[in-house]
Amino acid sequence: MAFYVVQFLTGLASAASLFLVASGLSIIFGVTRIVNFAHGAFYMIGAYIAFTLTDRFAGAFGFWGGIVAAALAVALIGVVVEMVLLRRIYHAPELFQLLATFGLTLMVEDLVVLIWGPDDLLGPRAPGFKGAVDFFGQNIPSYDLFLIVLGPVVLGILWLLFQRTRWGVLVRAATQDRDMVAALGVNQKWLFTSVFAVGVFLAALGGALQIPRDAVHHAMDLRIIVEVFVVVVIGGLGSIVGAFVAAVLVSELNAFGILIFPKISIILVFLVMAVVLIVRPWGLFGRPEAPARKTPGLTVNPWRPLTSNERLAALAVLVVAAMLPLVAGNYVLTVGSEIAIFVIFAVSLHFLMSVGGLASFGHAAYFGLGAYGIAFLAKMAGLPMIVCLLLGPLLGCLGAAVFGFFAVQLSGVYFAMLTLAFAQIVWSIAFQWVSVTGGDNGILGVWPEKWAASPSHFYWLALGVAALVTIALRIAVFSPFGYALRATRDSALRSEAIGINAKRIRWTAFVIAGTTAGIGGALFAYLKGSVFPDNLGISLSVDALVMVLLGGVETVSGAVIGAIVYKALNIWLVSQTDLSKLVLGAFIVLIVVVFPKGIVGMLEMLAQRRGNASPPGSALLAKPIESAE
Amino acid sequence: MRAKNYFVGAAFALLASGMASSAMAQAEIKIGEINSYSLLPAFTEPYRKGWQLAVEEINAAGGINGKKLVVISKDDGGKPADAQTAANELVSSEGVAMLAGTFLSNIGLAVSDFANQKKVFFLAAEPLTDAVTWSRGNKYTFRLRPSNYMQAAMLVEAAAKLPAKRWATIAPNYEYGQSAVSVFKKLMSEKRPDIQWVDEQWPPQGKIDAGPVVQAVAAANPEAILNVTFGADLVKLVREGNTRGLFKGREVVSFLTGEPEYLDPLKDETPEGWIVTGYPWYSIKTPEHDAFLKAYQAKYNDYPRLGSIVGYQTIKSAAAILAKAGSTDPEKLIAAAEGLSVGSPFGEITFRKIDHQSTLGAYVGKTSVKDGKGIMVDSSYKKGSDYLPSDAEVEKLRPKD
Repeated sequence: MAFYVVQFLTGLASAASLFLVASGLSIIFGVTRIVNFAHGAFYMIGAYIAFTLTDRFAGAFGFWGGIVAAALAVALIGVVVEMVLLRRIYHAPELFQLLATFGLTLMVEDLVVLIWGPDDLLGPRAPGFKGAVDFFGQNIPSYDLFLIVLGPVVLGILWLLFQRTRWGVLVRAATQDRDMVAALGVNQKWLFTSVFAVGVFLAALGGALQIPRDAVHHAMDLRIIVEVFVVVVIGGLGSIVGAFVAAVLVSELNAFGILIFPKISIILVFLVMAVVLIVRPWGLFGRPEAPARKTPGLTVNPWRPLTSNERLAALAVLVVAAMLPLVAGNYVLTVGSEIAIFVIFAVSLHFLMSVGGLASFGHAAYFGLGAYGIAFLAKMAGLPMIVCLLLGPLLGCLGAAVFGFFAVQLSGVYFAMLTLAFAQIVWSIAFQWVSVTGGDNGILGVWPEKWAASPSHFYWLALGVAALVTIALRIAVFSPFGYALRATRDSALRSEAIGINAKRIRWTAFVIAGTTAGIGGALFAYLKGSVFPDNLGISLSVDALVMVLLGGVETVSGAVIGAIVYKALNIWLVSQTDLSKLVLGAFIVLIVVVFPKGIVGMLEMLAQRRGNASPPGSALLAKPIESAE
Repeated sequence: MRAKNYFVGAAFALLASGMASSAMAQAEIKIGEINSYSLLPAFTEPYRKGWQLAVEEINAAGGINGKKLVVISKDDGGKPADAQTAANELVSSEGVAMLAGTFLSNIGLAVSDFANQKKVFFLAAEPLTDAVTWSRGNKYTFRLRPSNYMQAAMLVEAAAKLPAKRWATIAPNYEYGQSAVSVFKKLMSEKRPDIQWVDEQWPPQGKIDAGPVVQAVAAANPEAILNVTFGADLVKLVREGNTRGLFKGREVVSFLTGEPEYLDPLKDETPEGWIVTGYPWYSIKTPEHDAFLKAYQAKYNDYPRLGSIVGYQTIKSAAAILAKAGSTDPEKLIAAAEGLSVGSPFGEITFRKIDHQSTLGAYVGKTSVKDGKGIMVDSSYKKGSDYLPSDAEVEKLRPKD
């Protein structure tokens, strides 16, 4: 019995640290609608600064003072980030801020190694909480008890802050309806800055408080960020109590789950989230979002198909791209093939995000399923390559049909998070089912047949498929189906009123996007000759999001440019420098500030200002040239 | 679209450098090296210093058959797909004579499969998975570091002498952890049929929730524990375990913990008396190692980690293979490497013909704390050749070429 009590308390201690970070994220999202990907980075910087301070100033005062000072210092950094960077892009399309914070995260990961060195750092134990308390023969670390008390105390302070101060009233009002708050004359700028500072403070405090239990290292941020998002969504976005309950729920399920299924930790939070979101679409304590006033469609110039001249020009450029093998060597051609594949992947997500208004955080699942489809067909069934390429993406299609059915019941960030949960579930199956998928050692030896084996042939294959896919999806955008899909994106109510079955339309779009991504994955398997769980992983999903956002989410084919620029830059930087994350992150941040509508979105706007008539075609026009690199 | 022009420029620059390098090829020999520099700097920084030292020494001694040795190094970001892109660049654009490096097992396998497909010689430096030389071995791939099986066998030798009968295991939930545990269990149960496996914990790699894990293991009340976690997970596990008294009165056998990379961060919280594999650079007194240590400390003013040894020996071995082959033809490199013996800071090692595994060994000893730092004591070197299964067994494990 004593054991179960202690296990419960241990779970509570884990919950407390999770809650601190999650509450900050929840507050920031609730008010500013920023999906703050950099929250983990702030958590990590908090730990690093706390390490430096507590290392230098010993003693109880030095330790606790150091923890608080570190959190304050990071909050200050947060204020600077908000004022210099985020303030410029609040009016950018939804999720664009994600791109900015993603860039920051990349930079921070390299910066901490530059500043604090590559080794894992061991912070001091907390003075006064070094030992353990005996509980009927079981030891409970006294620091755990401290954390168990701290969690509810922070919850209480936040509750008082939100319920009993004017600032709290404003924050709650903004969480519910920020346009209304602005209309009533509240200075939103400072409200947002202060909210961001509080959120970052909590993240950094959470990180700083980890140093007596953890090692401080440069991958801390990734370790926590996804989990924290999940906790926030399970609890219900913007709900502090929800975040607390969700943190406790997840931690306790983990603490007791490992007694029965020792391998459950890897997937537990995502399972819980999937179940919660299917049963309660807005999380445990969340409320349905008020209908959005600003629809993404309103800020866009009406989309139109290419004129015949533009089509000819696009074709000409495609022909030029197809001539690349005449001048380029094997390496350039292979990189070209990889870029063409990522164009397919990005375009498929773009179809879902821009046309359907459904941002998926787990799009890599369908890319990876397509790749695994190929691996199964080629390695186990021994089918010829053409058959594999035709059938392999069907696994992506199947996955999209099943998961899409559940996902399209939701919208906005909840949709995004449910897709993420499904992707993680698929990933963990690939990762765990070693006898079938080879686990993280993957499936090797999936090489193309002779006719496609040479880099130039494969390049032509990839380029051809990418061109076909881009054209097909463009046709879909301007088909009656595309119009219906855009109608559901722009106004759910009105589209329903004219008889459009929104869920079925969205589900169809989801399946189309998933299948297309599967085609990309299928080609990718042959390009690399192997398939790994990485191909289904979060970082690939994030890459896809970044490509779409970089190109411009409000454009017809911006993803093409986004994919080319991002992938080419990424490959080139990784090859040139070990600090590729720092440079790439800085580049993304710069793009975000200079091109708040994405690269193509900005070009279109510039062209329009000049009264130039041909801009929307530029996306497709420029594509083959760039894929040539 | 300034970026676009830039990339056209970059592409041409690549082409141009490819042509230039073929013209200069008579004067130098290039090795292409790949590792997870940005993802795992704690291990790869000392590793890089190690191979840079080796390159310097080789060229100071006149290069390889009179040609200058050049190592072109690429980061793989910890992703198998990116490692293949890098391998392709090295082979297609840089025209390297062979590939070397990699740390993570899945990346090692991806590059090894690439090498097999493109018929390029590959010397895997650090990946531990047995699959590299056995179940997924191929004729183009050789491996330097003692494999999972070898390290397990070394630990089992010591562990089987312990009186403990009830064992629990804690390992990261991925291929490395799983195969380490399964080999250890198999070998251990062969030597000691009387032992019982009472609990196993599989925290996700890099994300251990140490409190509940420690508590769960303690609840099973084992007499001994096998640990396979490393890095930040190990730190958390040790801290929770120390506080909660998990290790008190229990024997612990632990993979890799004696390597400075993983032992040093534990500082004064290093647990006493764990049986570990590792690299006690401070207590190795052989002329070969002394020479290495002196050169390393003179160049970097820092002590070597195990990664330094691996990096150093990877390039030294590669140079020996290239020198013996007298050619960069992959088939000749394979012929030269099979059965080749080279000196190393740990003494002479041999690349076995049967499975392309080197006989580099490891040190097994016990952890202890001295002056607030973790060290290995009572350590002794275990030759790799003594901890490999019989040739008949290896032949069964390895696919025919």
